[in-house]
Formats: sequence, structure tokens, C-alpha cells
Amino acid sequence: MLTADRLTFAYDRTPVVEDVSLRIGSGAIVGVLGPNGSGKTTLLRLLSGGLAPASGHVELDGGRIRSISRRALARRVAIVPQETSLAFDYSVIEVALMGRYPHLGTFEIEGPADLAAVMGALEATGTAALADRQFRTLSGGEKQRVVIAAALAQIDGEGPPPILLLDEPTASLDLKYQFEVAALVRRLHAARGITIVLSTHDLRFAASVCTQVVLLSRGRVLADGSTSEVLTPALAGKLFDVDPSLVAPLLPATGASA
Amino acid sequence: MTRASPLRRHVPVVLACFGLMVAAIVTAPLVGSTSISLSRAFSRSVPFADNVDAQIFFIARLPRALAAALVGGTLAAAGVVFQGLLRNPLATPYTLGVSAGASLGAMLAITFGSTWMIGGVASASLAGAFVAVAVVFALASARHRGLSTTVLLLAGVTLNAFFSALILFVQYLSDFADTFRALRWLMGDLDVGSYTPILAALPLVGVAFAGFAWLARPLNLLSIGPEAASSRGVPVERAHRVAFFTASLATGAAVSVGGPIGFVGIIVPHLVRLVIGADHRLVLPASAFFGAAFLVGCDVLARLVLAPLELPVGIITALVGGPFFLWLLIRRA
Repeated sequence: MLTADRLTFAYDRTPVVEDVSLRIGSGAIVGVLGPNGSGKTTLLRLLSGGLAPASGHVELDGGRIRSISRRALARRVAIVPQETSLAFDYSVIEVALMGRYPHLGTFEIEGPADLAAVMGALEATGTAALADRQFRTLSGGEKQRVVIAAALAQIDGEGPPPILLLDEPTASLDLKYQFEVAALVRRLHAARGITIVLSTHDLRFAASVCTQVVLLSRGRVLADGSTSEVLTPALAGKLFDVDPSLVAPLLPATGASA
Repeated sequence: MTRASPLRRHVPVVLACFGLMVAAIVTAPLVGSTSISLSRAFSRSVPFADNVDAQIFFIARLPRALAAALVGGTLAAAGVVFQGLLRNPLATPYTLGVSAGASLGAMLAITFGSTWMIGGVASASLAGAFVAVAVVFALASARHRGLSTTVLLLAGVTLNAFFSALILFVQYLSDFADTFRALRWLMGDLDVGSYTPILAALPLVGVAFAGFAWLARPLNLLSIGPEAASSRGVPVERAHRVAFFTASLATGAAVSVGGPIGFVGIIVPHLVRLVIGADHRLVLPASAFFGAAFLVGCDVLARLVLAPLELPVGIITALVGGPFFLWLLIRRA
């Protein structure tokens, strides 16, 4: 259970996230939906514990997230940024093995268990065949899946079910890949019981994979609830500042009141 | 499907680099304008005072080879760490102003008073390096909680230019003989003449390498970006600080022994990465060993090219390294 209590954050006095409170139940697939610049990425970084809020706090199973040790937190919560570029040429398996960092001692070398976790994660994301390729040479979609695999390897271990945060997993990717990511998210959720929080501005994507949707507008929560409650033409139109009749065709028939 | 860690695949290369270093250090003292025999140098039948071969081997050439190994290995490893810290394969040990500070310190000592200073030019250059490091660190951490690598880079480049201007100013004030000495120092020279400078630098280099050992894995993760590294559990601010201070310390120590010898800190890591990839746990030791072998080799060249005249090694590394590096860049592009 991940909860946010009255989170506020500002970059140079410009508020980006204001007074956001959320409850993310174990095993949920939560979509943070909003237009560009609505504070989605910042909210995800706050939820991951990587960013300290100006006020308010995030709790993981009742404990303040900023007071959990960095390594212990990394074994529970992983975040996949929108884009990843490397300063040096690592192979795919090396990038995925970086996910094992919080499981290893200072001078410890990855053992068979770590390699098994990494290969399992590469297989789960359909990238096992790329293991020996250079990360730099992959397509955008392949890179994204490899970084997701690294995140899965990171949260693979004993203990309570982990949380995976995906920042705009489908942005700037083509339709086929969007379907693949949707399928991957559902698979991870079903097979590994992972709680998933993803940000997106894609109504259809959110409607097709999420069990809970949070509408974020100018850093504030416009609506929060089950997908069918929240993804109505009226609310979605308000969120993107367009006429509800334009939004209605993008939403699934079930749950839409139009 | 069982796999071995990709780390283990390249361990033989690291060992080969180590072998190359040992071979270079043992061979280098045998080569020179005067040929000597190893058996006579180690012979116990002749007293050391009368054994010319032993004197050339142990007093003239061995310290020089050891200094080359120490400086080359240290600069190459420091280069790796600076490149990892700045996330830029074109960074060198001198990018952040350490060598400019060291050079200024050396110039001041040569011009205004190396005679009364303890440790002379070497310790003055070390002091200069520390001043540069302190200034760059203060600038880069002034407005942030952690170190900003962008500000670090800007501060380093600016300080380099500023210290270069001061070096020219000091040069202008000094007399003919001092200017000659200063210029020679700036060319980079390993003619240490005794074991003292090596032994003096050794503890500093030792501390730096202990830091490097801890840094190897965090540097890998910093490659995906500080924020992503932090989310994987890396103490990013600490890693930045340790990298900056240990690599600066190593560079300052190396420059205090051999002067600002160029190109080793960028060419060696680059070559090593071509062979064994980017994992810092391999790149760091392999670069240290190969850098040592490389500079010992360059120094042998420096002694042979115009023998019996001995060139400053910095000229050789630049002459060999410059074109070689360009060739690498063109070949890869």
C-alpha cells in the first residue's frame, strides 16, 4: 500500500504538484492521466521516494518513504524513466544486471541467483534474445523494455509485493509497441502480482490497462477512482480542455455514460 | 538457460594487462643508450660501488620505470573515474583544473623559492592541485545539495583558463634559467633520479585507489544518469564526492611526480573499453595496468629516439597519442 498525503512540490517557486493525496492499493494498476505539464512525472518521482516533497509525505505500508534506506527502498520500488541514455556502451545484459545493485554487497559480484533474476526479467519483457547486443543499438521500444527488465530484476526478491512506476511508457512509440506495453503491463500484474503506477496522456491506453485512474490537472487531482467511474467523457473532456463529444469516441463503451 | 556473469569473460584481459605492466617494468631498465646485462646487474661477486651495470639498472633506470608505471597507471585510472563522474568519455584527469593548479604551484616554486621549500617543486605542485580542487568543489557544490556535474565542468574549464593565465604571468616574471626549468617541468618528465618522489606519492595513490575500488560499481550505474542510479539504491552524492576527490588526489600525486603528462588519461581508458566493454569493475584495473605499461613504453621511446639525448616523455605521449586517438575517432565514426 502506497499512500500520498497532501503532497506539494515546486521547481523554483513554480508549483508543479499541489495538495495531492492518493491511496494506491496493493495489486492495483493505477494510471496517472493528464495533459503535458500537469505534473505527472514529478508525482511519480515523489511516489518513488526519489524526490522530497516541499510539504506532505509519501508512506509505504505505513512508514515514511524518505526514512526507508535507499537500498531497502530500491528492492521494493522501481521507477522506469521516459527515456534512458547511457554515457558508455553497455550490453543489454549489463544494463539489466545494474538492477541487481541493491541486492549486492559493496564488492559482491552477481551470482547465479542474480543472473537468473535478470534472465527471467529479460524473458518477461521479450528481450532475452537481445541480451548480448549493445544497448545503444536498440530501437526506442526495445530500450524501454530492457529498462523495464532492469527494474523487474531490481524488485525481484523476497518480501512484500513490489511496486513498479512507469513514466509515460508509451510516449513517442508506435501503435504496435503501445499494444505490446499494454500486454506487458497486464502480464506483469497477473504473473508477478506487481503493483503498477504509470503516467500517460493516452486515454485509450489508460482505459485498456488500468484498474484505477487519477486525473491530474495543473498539479492537482481532478478525479480519482476506478477506471469506469473516472474515465467519463465529461471528466476526460475537462481534463484535456476539449469538448466531451470529442473525447467520447476514445473511451471504451463500458463505463462511458454517453 | 544458464549464463555466466559477463564480468568473468574479460578477466583474462585484465590479467594480460597486469602481465604487460610487469614485463614493461622489468624490460625497460635493460634498454637504453648504454647496454647493460641483467646477470651482471644482479651479480653479487662485484661490489655495488664498482658494478656499473647495477648502478645504471637500480639508480638510473629502475626508478624511472617505476615512476612511469606509477604515473601512467594513476593517470589512466583517474581518467576513467573523471569520465564516469562527468558521464563523458572525452573527459581527462586535467579537465577539472587539477593539473593547472599543480602547474601553477610548480611554477611558483621554481620561480620564487624552491630552495627553501620542504619537498620542493613536487610538494608545491601538490599544494597547487589541492587549491584548484578546493575552488572547483566550492563552486560546484555552492548552490546544490549534491555536486552538480555541469557546474563542475564549467568551473574546471574556467579555472584551467584562469590558472593558465597566472602561469604565463609567473613565467613573465621569472628569469631565463627558471623559465627553462619551468618549461621542462610542463613538458612532463619522468627523470626522477631516486625512489623518494615515488615513495612520497605512493600513500596518496593508495588512498585514491581504495576509493576507486569502492567506486567501480556506482560508476556503472551513474552511466544511466544520477536519478536512475539513485532509484537503484546508489548513494549518488557520496559517489560524486568520492569520485571527485579521489581522482583529483590521484591526478595531483601523479603530476607532482612526472609533471602534466598528457593523453594517457584519455587514450588508455578508450582503448581498454574497446576491448572489454564499459564495466568499470574491469575498465578500472585494466586501465591502471595498461596505463602503467603504456607510459613505461613511451618513456623507453623517449630515451631511445634521440639517444643519448633523452626527450621529456610528455612529448612522446602527445606525438604518439594524438594521431592514434584521431585514428580511433575516425575509425569509429
